[in-house]
Amino acid sequence: MSSAEPTRRDFLYIATASVGAVGAAAAVVPLIAQMNPDASTIAAGAPIEVDLAPITEGQVIKVFWRGKPIFISHRSKKEIDEARAVNVASLPDPESDDKRVKAGHEQWQVLIGICTHLGCIPIAHQGDYNGYFCPCHGSQYDTSGRIRRGPAPNNLPVPPYEFVSNSKIRIG
Amino acid sequence: MSGQSTYQPQNAVLRWIERRLPIGGLIHSSFVAYPTPRNLNYWWTFGGILSIMLVVQLVTGIVLAMHYTPHVDHAFNSVEHIMRDVNYGWLLRYLHANGASMFFLAAYIHMLRGMYYGSYKEPREVLWILGVILLLLMIMTGFMGYVLPWGQMSFWAATVITNLFSAIPVVGEAVVSWLWGGYAVGNPTLNRFYSLHYLLPFVIVGVVVLHVWALHVVGQNNPTGVEPQSDKDTVAFTPYATIKDAFGLMVFMILLAWFVFYVPNYLGHPDNSIPANPAVTPTHIVPEWYYLPFYAILRAIPNKLGGVVALAASIVVLAFLPWLDTSRVRSGRYRPLFRQFFWVFVLVCIGLGWLGSKPAEGGYVIAARVLTAYYFIHFLIILPLLGVFETTKPVPSSISADVLKGKGTMAAILLALGLVTLLGTSSPTVAADADTPPMNKWSFAGPFGKFDRGQLQRGFKVYREVCESCHGIQLLSFRNLSEPGGPGFLLVTPGIRPSWSASGDQKRITTPVQALASGADHLVIGRPVTRAADPLAVLARIDREIAVAETQQ
Repeated sequence: MSSAEPTRRDFLYIATASVGAVGAAAAVVPLIAQMNPDASTIAAGAPIEVDLAPITEGQVIKVFWRGKPIFISHRSKKEIDEARAVNVASLPDPESDDKRVKAGHEQWQVLIGICTHLGCIPIAHQGDYNGYFCPCHGSQYDTSGRIRRGPAPNNLPVPPYEFVSNSKIRIG
Repeated sequence: MSGQSTYQPQNAVLRWIERRLPIGGLIHSSFVAYPTPRNLNYWWTFGGILSIMLVVQLVTGIVLAMHYTPHVDHAFNSVEHIMRDVNYGWLLRYLHANGASMFFLAAYIHMLRGMYYGSYKEPREVLWILGVILLLLMIMTGFMGYVLPWGQMSFWAATVITNLFSAIPVVGEAVVSWLWGGYAVGNPTLNRFYSLHYLLPFVIVGVVVLHVWALHVVGQNNPTGVEPQSDKDTVAFTPYATIKDAFGLMVFMILLAWFVFYVPNYLGHPDNSIPANPAVTPTHIVPEWYYLPFYAILRAIPNKLGGVVALAASIVVLAFLPWLDTSRVRSGRYRPLFRQFFWVFVLVCIGLGWLGSKPAEGGYVIAARVLTAYYFIHFLIILPLLGVFETTKPVPSSISADVLKGKGTMAAILLALGLVTLLGTSSPTVAADADTPPMNKWSFAGPFGKFDRGQLQRGFKVYREVCESCHGIQLLSFRNLSEPGGPGFLLVTPGIRPSWSASGDQKRITTPVQALASGADHLVIGRPVTRAADPLAVLARIDREIAVAETQQ
């Protein structure tokens, strides 16, 4: 028998090694999966309701949802106009303001208050665009939470939320 | 590790063990008889210094772990507990924190020595790459250790560094969530960082064993870069290298001791004394000094993914150094052009470190971009081309021929100057704060002082019954409770009865003068004043008595 021809023994070697590899891969699954968010963390990430009535015009409040700060801004007419007067195509991350708020509730802006650069918390009503300014690396966002200048690649994300009534939202 | 050992123990018991486990021969051939080049200078002592620093970090770290609590609610307070109450806890923590800085300082010197003398060249490529792996492990370990005290800098360091992974396309967000074990940096993150911070040093120990093994196979490089050819070129490891290493270590330990005992917080950041707050980012966040050059590279690139790639590339490029440097002459001593570029590179690294501590705006960003570009140009363009175009000086025929001729020490002086500059610029954020906090007054007498046990327990009782009704017992220095009245506490003494008034229902009484002499700050004098016919006259009389008592003292 020539040595180049596969034998039954070769098949057994490869089959054994394959089963061993599958077993090792299966053993790694729980070791990797244990690091993902656990049930208690996910349970605590349930939607929250926020009453908007006490927020006066021009005020930005911070609530926590899933450990992330959520900015809720009661925008003035001037701030809304500023956000809408921009040429959307010229923005680093083009998105029009009406896509970032709920129709009929233009004064309410809900944002995840985490800089899209490296995760710092921007400061409200600061920077050249009167929106948000991140103190870590100098990213500047406008009154719609869109990135205008600095190293951050994206706009401040809008969390999933809906209006339960005219003065109450559910985030999540 | 260097062939058959000639080790023959005299002792019968050692001979018995040696036949069954030749560990004595291994130690003898590796650390006693091992031949080292006779011309090694003090830059070669940093390998030994690093080994000892690793032991210092392991010992202090394991002890600190006995007192630390890896939970978001307790981590900060448990570190303060170590600082205030654990016996010598302040010393152990300062040794561990400053030891990390000194560990990196020694590692950087060790690497620059290897780069100057071409220690990465054939046949020492694997030795060098193991060293780069050690640097990566050190960076990871140091970062996770910095998170553990759970102050503001800890929390935001964890946030910023884990967010680097969100730059990965498509899977970035999932990877970050996996690293956190949640939707943000939180308790699962702290817990796993603690586990890994305990694990990684032992991985470092393992790689150090490989590093030393590889070293003992290929032998040490030396300032001439010429391999030893005969016995005239080498001396035995013990006593020659052992004593030289020991001396270098002692000098280095003086530096560590100076930091620990005189400026223990100089390399730290005041913001880390504020407990972690996920709602507020400190206005100016910077990493520890030893990460600043890498941080400057990260921020220099205007694109998020690009910055992260540049950061990783700045370390990975080191692993390819053996093949990027095309020169056949090993030591920088005989490469006049390389030597100049080497020092420019050192200055660029120091410059990047300085820029990393500055806010990312205006001219700083432009300068950081220029220096980042140069950092990569040095490795990717200058080094490959130098090997082709440089005219090198004649290399000595052997180590002994070079040693007997005499040598220059200019390089050593220049390297020392560079390091002094590095240290001088290490922590400008601290120096910027003009307010000097008050000196700590120690309430015990030196290393052999002891607590007055009864007084301490009495102080604690007072604290539990009086002070704790208003504020908690956290962040309390228990040893200070043994002080009369406690530090910063006011001793309010009720039940005061002047000697000339009726003691009434009070059993344990004292006069105003006696109470003040015992350390009272406030006197509570009730009925003798309120029930007196003329309260003001009584108060005036007490005042006079106190005044008289004070003049008599």
